[in-house]
Amino acid sequence: MEQLIKLLKNNARISNAELAVLLGRTEEQVAAQIAELELNGTIKGYSAIVDEDKYNPNSVNALIEVKVTPQSQSGFDEIANTIAGYDEVESVRLMSGGYDIIVSVNGSNIRDISQFVSQRLATIDAVQSTATHFVLKTYKDNGILISGDEIDERGLVSP
Amino acid sequence: MIDYDKILNSKIKEMKPSGIRKFFDIAQEMEGVISLGVGEPDFKTPWIIRQEAIGTLEKGKTCYTANAGLLELREEISAYFQRKIHTHYDPKSEIIVTVGGSEGIDLCIRCLVEAGDEVLVVEPSFVCYKPIVSICGGVPVVIETKEENEFRLTAEELREKITDKTKLLVLPYPNNPTGAIMRREDLEEIAQVLKETDIMVVSDEIYCELTYGGQHCSIAEIEGMRERTIVINGFSKSFAMTGWRLGFLGGPREIVSQMLKLHQYAIMSSPTTSQYAAAKGLRCCDKDVEKMRNEYDQRRRFVVDGFNKIGLDCFTPQGAFYVFPCIKSTGLSSAEFCEKLVYSKKVAVVPGDAFGECGEGYIRVSYAYSLNHLREALKRIEEFLGDLKNGNIQ
Repeated sequence: MEQLIKLLKNNARISNAELAVLLGRTEEQVAAQIAELELNGTIKGYSAIVDEDKYNPNSVNALIEVKVTPQSQSGFDEIANTIAGYDEVESVRLMSGGYDIIVSVNGSNIRDISQFVSQRLATIDAVQSTATHFVLKTYKDNGILISGDEIDERGLVSP
Repeated sequence: MIDYDKILNSKIKEMKPSGIRKFFDIAQEMEGVISLGVGEPDFKTPWIIRQEAIGTLEKGKTCYTANAGLLELREEISAYFQRKIHTHYDPKSEIIVTVGGSEGIDLCIRCLVEAGDEVLVVEPSFVCYKPIVSICGGVPVVIETKEENEFRLTAEELREKITDKTKLLVLPYPNNPTGAIMRREDLEEIAQVLKETDIMVVSDEIYCELTYGGQHCSIAEIEGMRERTIVINGFSKSFAMTGWRLGFLGGPREIVSQMLKLHQYAIMSSPTTSQYAAAKGLRCCDKDVEKMRNEYDQRRRFVVDGFNKIGLDCFTPQGAFYVFPCIKSTGLSSAEFCEKLVYSKKVAVVPGDAFGECGEGYIRVSYAYSLNHLREALKRIEEFLGDLKNGNIQ
């Protein structure tokens, strides 16, 4: 299963036929295992890893550190889920260290991001403070190199 | 004006340059060539090994080591031999750290072979054995292995070639270029033949970590064979350390002590930084080695399946990182196939006959490449076969 997940993480569009060859199993076995992983929620979905600089050079990505006051009943969960519910939010993670939650947000310009922070995030009662960091360049995303492939320094032919 | 032709050693002049070299020159001059021709890992040396090297450089550990290599490394190698091939070699007297597996091969042949001695060389195989035998005045006697035997050496083939003059058998498994391995039962049959003789074995096991679907077995493990065997191994393939130039050998002390003299005059000691780093690798990198093996294993299945699907029969190798598909169905020689392929589709593979005459009719394909790279190369080879069939390639 570990190898299957790794192959899918690397290329979710790989066919079951190819997976079967790589893993030394039958196509049916592979299909059944993927179906099970989807059903039990281990695999949540499949998405494309896009080089935003190429796709939409004007878009802005920000990582926002959020300090919050945990709620007596739900701790951080309710606030985190509220933030996760916003469309422009890409990811929400509870963190150890100097702040509590890190939020990744995409917008078409800086104004979008600032509006999100001031109107959506800072207005939540439990949010104490935020610190917004703009992403300048992405080098690697989800295990895939974004800016340029590695160069093969080996010669073309060797014994 | 000096007549260099008169000065040069005639044995060196007679030595043929490697068949790979010629092909390399063709591929090198072209632009946009994608290669399946490289005999080294595409992985980087595990970071922990590189870090260890940097650390020892920072501390200024840059002197010669003992001739036979750092004792701490030889102790790790001894433990490694025990772990992998269940054979004990005394770190103080039965192990030498060499400059790659290549130096180990050179040492073995030069220390054992005299003028007129016959050396059995199993082919297809790595390119260096025969030339070194010839320099020593020895006579290389080729044993051709066959695809129907999965390129394994059989006891009958061995027995046929043994004469009173036979001194040495070079046993190169897991094999470059075929990817063949020798299983324990195959080795037991070979051992049976050898035990009646005084023939020594040079067992080149540089690809031993890349054995799929079972454990590697060394001929030194077979009862009665340790005393007749010198095991060659190294860090290049298993730890992705080709450029570090570090190998090792284990053998009976009577022979190893003599080899050490040659090593000490020719080399002094192997690279110090590499030795410290390799010791760390042996202590800490089993997981990295396993990870690389698993990746190669997937690619192996992918490439074998790919060749069989596009109509080039390819036996399923169980070792190294090569496949050796048969191209006889195209009616071309290995050299013609490779040249036409590189000129028309810009894919470089190595002609099988570069590894011995019996490699004619085959090509060596390395799968030390990413899946995407392999996929693209297979696609181009399939197009090439289509063009050949339709007469679009002259």
